[in-house]
Amino acid sequence: MTAYRSILLVVLGLAALPLAAPALVGAGIFAGANTLYNLMVFVLIIALAAQGWNLAGGYGGQFSFGHAAFFGTGAYAQAILQTRYGINPWAALVAAVALGALVGAVIGFLAFRARLRGSYFALVTLAFAEVFRILANAAPITGGAAGTLVPLDVRWANLQFASREAFYYLALAFVALVLLLNRLVERSRFGTYLVAVRENEDAARALGVDTLQVKLKAITLSAAITALAGALYTQKFLYVDANIAYGAWISIEALLAPIVGGIGTVFGPLVGALTLIGLGEAAKVAIHALFGSAIPGVDLVVYGVLLILVIAFAPRGVIGLLDRRAR
Amino acid sequence: MLNVEGVTKRFGGLVAVSDVSMTVAKGSISGLIGPNGAGKTTLFTMISGFERPTAGRVLFEGDDVTGRPPEALALLGIARTFQIVQPFAGLTVRENVAVGAYLRHPRREEAFARAEEVASLVGLADLDRPASALTVAGRKRLELARALATDPKLLLLDEVLAGLNPSEIRDIVPVIHAIRDQGVTILMIEHVMQAVMSLCERVHVIANGRTIAAGTPAEVVSDPQVVEAYLGQGAAGRLAGRAVHG
Repeated sequence: MTAYRSILLVVLGLAALPLAAPALVGAGIFAGANTLYNLMVFVLIIALAAQGWNLAGGYGGQFSFGHAAFFGTGAYAQAILQTRYGINPWAALVAAVALGALVGAVIGFLAFRARLRGSYFALVTLAFAEVFRILANAAPITGGAAGTLVPLDVRWANLQFASREAFYYLALAFVALVLLLNRLVERSRFGTYLVAVRENEDAARALGVDTLQVKLKAITLSAAITALAGALYTQKFLYVDANIAYGAWISIEALLAPIVGGIGTVFGPLVGALTLIGLGEAAKVAIHALFGSAIPGVDLVVYGVLLILVIAFAPRGVIGLLDRRAR
Repeated sequence: MLNVEGVTKRFGGLVAVSDVSMTVAKGSISGLIGPNGAGKTTLFTMISGFERPTAGRVLFEGDDVTGRPPEALALLGIARTFQIVQPFAGLTVRENVAVGAYLRHPRREEAFARAEEVASLVGLADLDRPASALTVAGRKRLELARALATDPKLLLLDEVLAGLNPSEIRDIVPVIHAIRDQGVTILMIEHVMQAVMSLCERVHVIANGRTIAAGTPAEVVSDPQVVEAYLGQGAAGRLAGRAVHG
């Protein structure tokens, strides 16, 4: 099965990172192993959120500007369920994903029933995320503007790990799982219908495709995956507030990563997340070396430049470039 | 098989289709012709569920299916092609046809097998190409294959021959015959009269949204009203006059 071999290779490659860690730290690229793992876990969480976006946006053509609504729901559910209701973090993780899926289904139902497409759909999702952000910033249950802190209690049963590698492997396992899921979807009736809906809804309907149902399935699954990313974020950083959870930054990362990596491809979100965050960090380091002080927001400048370059020269993203090189 | 009863469609003040009734017999190839803007495609969009008639009914195998959405009609066995062909560009030719085949074959292997059968019936080869790489004639065949892959009982063809050169038309006419011989009833909108004459058993002519004639191809082309609809008022009389004098 060559279709699955590439996934195995990529995942094995990433799993071998701890072997390379001493060399990378020794070469002075990273300040320490901690910095490296924090960055890589962050990359994987963004990749996961982006994989969610890619399912509805990349394969299905439903461009959401508000995946923060799902990321934030996952992140808050993970935090609130354990701090306020004493639910085990592993169980909370499952509940966070389910809640994210529910929010996706509801937003999807409202938007798709109203036949919103293209930029109208994008704006409605953006509006939902913003409403959630404002509500979360004010509601007592979320801790309001102070946010919610998850108490440090390092135990396996608590989804907190003493070893730095453990969380990296956990995040990698989820990313690998979604890579597999993606490939399965690509080769299924649902996946083919999804692309058909993206390319031409009327032609798909004439062939018996229930486009509302296909889009609803896609946004629900997409929201569930992005909510998982949010829940992992909470569990990694043990803190969440409205601007982290429902902020526009994550909506942008979730859609930029697949576009830069290769929209509607299995590896696009992962490659895009690596490229974006890698170059963003490199820019920060370079600026620091040149000017002796940080310029806040320089990584966002890099994102903007990358987006323009990709749209102008590589509409199929980094994956598309590699494909062309290989031929 | 298909009964259209007094169907009317108004868009604001414009009456696109006015009180049209027609019957398509099971196993037949029927034609729907008329000058540009006559309302042929509007009638198609109502039969296939994309538009709801303002008045009138559409009966399929005796059941009233008026206003049902296209995906429900596809499941019942009504498939259509589009005048402006639009292949799913992100998919290969095989996958394009499989979108249709998936309707009755949820499993990938079966859907692909059915897609390949249909593709060879309509003469599509090299199925791993991206659909966007097809020529116009290839896209017309793909449009036909996709619709056919849903295993329809009634196939609505909206100008499948338009834009093809005479030799391509000669290639596709037998394909349409072969489809009918497999038991699929066909209703086609067509401007290429040579094809209408050779393919259709019955022809329905509309102009300005109204039925002006119906019958065998030979009957309708000699109908003065039809001649006038195409060539202008008084044309039939002038032609007849010339025939007498000449």
